[in-house]
Amino acid sequence: MTTTSVGETGRVSQPGAAGPRPAAPRQDGRRRRTHSPSARQWAALAFASPLLAYLAVFYAFPLWRNIELSIHDYTVRAFVQGNAEFVGFEKYIEVFTSNAFPTALVNTAVFTLVSIGLQYVIGLALAVFFHANFRLSGVLRALFLVPWLLPLIVSASTWAWMLNSENGIINSVIEAFGGEQINWLTSPDTALTAVIIANIWLGIPFNLVILYAGLQQIPAEVYEAASLDGATAREQFWRITVPLLRSVSAITLLLGFIYTLKVVDVIWIMTTGGPGNASLTLSVWSYREAFGTGQPDFSPAAAIGNLLIVIALVVGFLHLRLQRTRGNS
Amino acid sequence: MKNPRRTSLARSASAGLAVASLALAAACSSGGEEGDADTYTWWDPYPQHEAGSDWAARVDACGEQAGVTIERTASDTTALTNQALLAAQEGTSPDIILLDNPAVSTLAETDMLTTVDELGLDVSGVDENLLAAGVLEDQAYGIPIGANTLAIYYNAEVLDAAGVDPASITDWDSLTAALEQVTGNGNGGITFAGIGTEEGSFQFLPWFWGAGADLRQLDSPEAVAALELWTGWLEAGYAPNSVITNSQNTTWEEFLTGEYGFVVNGTWQVNSAAEAGFATGVIGLPAMNGGPAPAPTGGEFIIAPVQADTERYDITRQIVECMTTPEGFVETATTFAYYVPPTADGQAALLEARPELEPWVQAVREAKGRTSDDLGTDYPMISEALWTAVQNALSGSATPAEALAQAQTEAADATS
Repeated sequence: MTTTSVGETGRVSQPGAAGPRPAAPRQDGRRRRTHSPSARQWAALAFASPLLAYLAVFYAFPLWRNIELSIHDYTVRAFVQGNAEFVGFEKYIEVFTSNAFPTALVNTAVFTLVSIGLQYVIGLALAVFFHANFRLSGVLRALFLVPWLLPLIVSASTWAWMLNSENGIINSVIEAFGGEQINWLTSPDTALTAVIIANIWLGIPFNLVILYAGLQQIPAEVYEAASLDGATAREQFWRITVPLLRSVSAITLLLGFIYTLKVVDVIWIMTTGGPGNASLTLSVWSYREAFGTGQPDFSPAAAIGNLLIVIALVVGFLHLRLQRTRGNS
Repeated sequence: MKNPRRTSLARSASAGLAVASLALAAACSSGGEEGDADTYTWWDPYPQHEAGSDWAARVDACGEQAGVTIERTASDTTALTNQALLAAQEGTSPDIILLDNPAVSTLAETDMLTTVDELGLDVSGVDENLLAAGVLEDQAYGIPIGANTLAIYYNAEVLDAAGVDPASITDWDSLTAALEQVTGNGNGGITFAGIGTEEGSFQFLPWFWGAGADLRQLDSPEAVAALELWTGWLEAGYAPNSVITNSQNTTWEEFLTGEYGFVVNGTWQVNSAAEAGFATGVIGLPAMNGGPAPAPTGGEFIIAPVQADTERYDITRQIVECMTTPEGFVETATTFAYYVPPTADGQAALLEARPELEPWVQAVREAKGRTSDDLGTDYPMISEALWTAVQNALSGSATPAEALAQAQTEAADATS
């Protein structure tokens, strides 16, 4: 089993690397072939083998193992004895028909889309703001990177304290202005919102950095020309910044999507997916099945994990497709 | 025209494969080392006790007594269970593991542990209720090296101010009445851990069992009564809303602020309570209609995984025996400050040294293993359903009866 998938990976990775220069080497290769084909090929192979081994051991094998886990019934006993029963797609059906599945799916969609949407908008706004390059903008921009530098356990715990029902600073501010206590993390209505807020805060620096770099790629002359033609700042933003940032935006959103899809730590630290299943996402569910209870259930956990990989792949292909159609038009 | 490339690719792929499988084989075989005859491996969940600590010295001493050296590795509890499973899969299990008691039956079910009979250990002196957590199908798979459990700590100053006599708390009604008095006096009532993990079940079980409920029947009227007690406290404001996400450490921190009258917590806070900025005391957890409620037992078991070389068992037995003598138990208890010995002899010896631990020894005698009643490996699944129900009821997304009915369906599905 391992062997086939490894072979495929090796094959897939190769044409990509050799793709850009097909014409010349082909003739080259033919001429060399007449001289000493195998020696050269073996040498080439020897150079490629560390990479191939690396790909096989660290990419193909874990992936295959995850699929293997999901189509067998790995109880703890079977895990130790290595005699798990083959059950085909039973674990997937179990996952799809579970009570938690619709909740987790909707939560994952809401968590991911709202998070990356707001991260992107706020990140872009800040990037445009700092692009003006006023005094101290460097320092302020650096400050915005702090969420990125903090260990997640620190930032997630801090958010959990701030959102604490009785003693949290956020509630004390709300109450100081005459509001009601909001049970951010302990009410099923607000728990998802609470973790989304924390996650948006965590993701802003990433968006800010990439979009800011993208902004610097846009030549200043374009803006100059536009302002000579009498374009307002708003028009400049919509007609120049947004279209010229399109490819940077696309990659930011794609990466953001994949990062957000697999977020476990923030949610786990703040609510463990609760109360009940109120803030359960697919990735948290997968973690919970495998490590969150006293009884590790590796098979359903792997099935959920594979589902996540498929979702990320689909979005990745959509992205490629969009890029290509845009390139053609 | 594509042929040359293709053959070369196929070749490179197959050679890559060869390299990869070699690497894999190497990776696998490197795991297969067997310790040599004079070195015994020991895993425990006490990374806070480093090499050179009293605890490490005790472990070494037991090795010396058996004429071997012990190689000790410490990691935290969750990692330890996972590592034990992985090691068993690879056939590289250590000789001895100290493991949290609810995990023992999980490991035992995989056939990776020896029974006490196989090792030739005598467990007749060990309290039945404590040993039960490691018993699966009439076979004991280890010996508790100590036990801890839950009780209620109170803030004597808060209780005095509210005019509550802790001795008057003997059942749920008198406890709720005390909470009403304390909150009426402007303080917080009680805080506990209702978090959606094993800790949440651990803290709920004394009330669950104290009402007379059974883990096989999560939706019984007794179970509903226990959950209604908790939700009632929340609704009346006797307990803070944060209990829904509180871990046992967080509740303890809340209690240490001095705001709260009561906290449910374990033996392990005895030292911290003594250092609190206010006078504290301990009462046992009351059952619904009076008398002590059984609290779940905590604490580690000493277990011996199966070895390919069965001749090692003799030395392993000597090491285990060295750790589980009455003197050994007391030493363990004092090393950890919070461990109550699991044998009557050990308990008597401990009380002689530290009489103030009396309520805790009492609580441990009343305590009940979570995996007892032959629940074994069903317990983790039942427990998950239970803590989910607690979460749903406390957060108001379901009534206690609804939440527990759903939990019973889930638990029945998972354990069938």
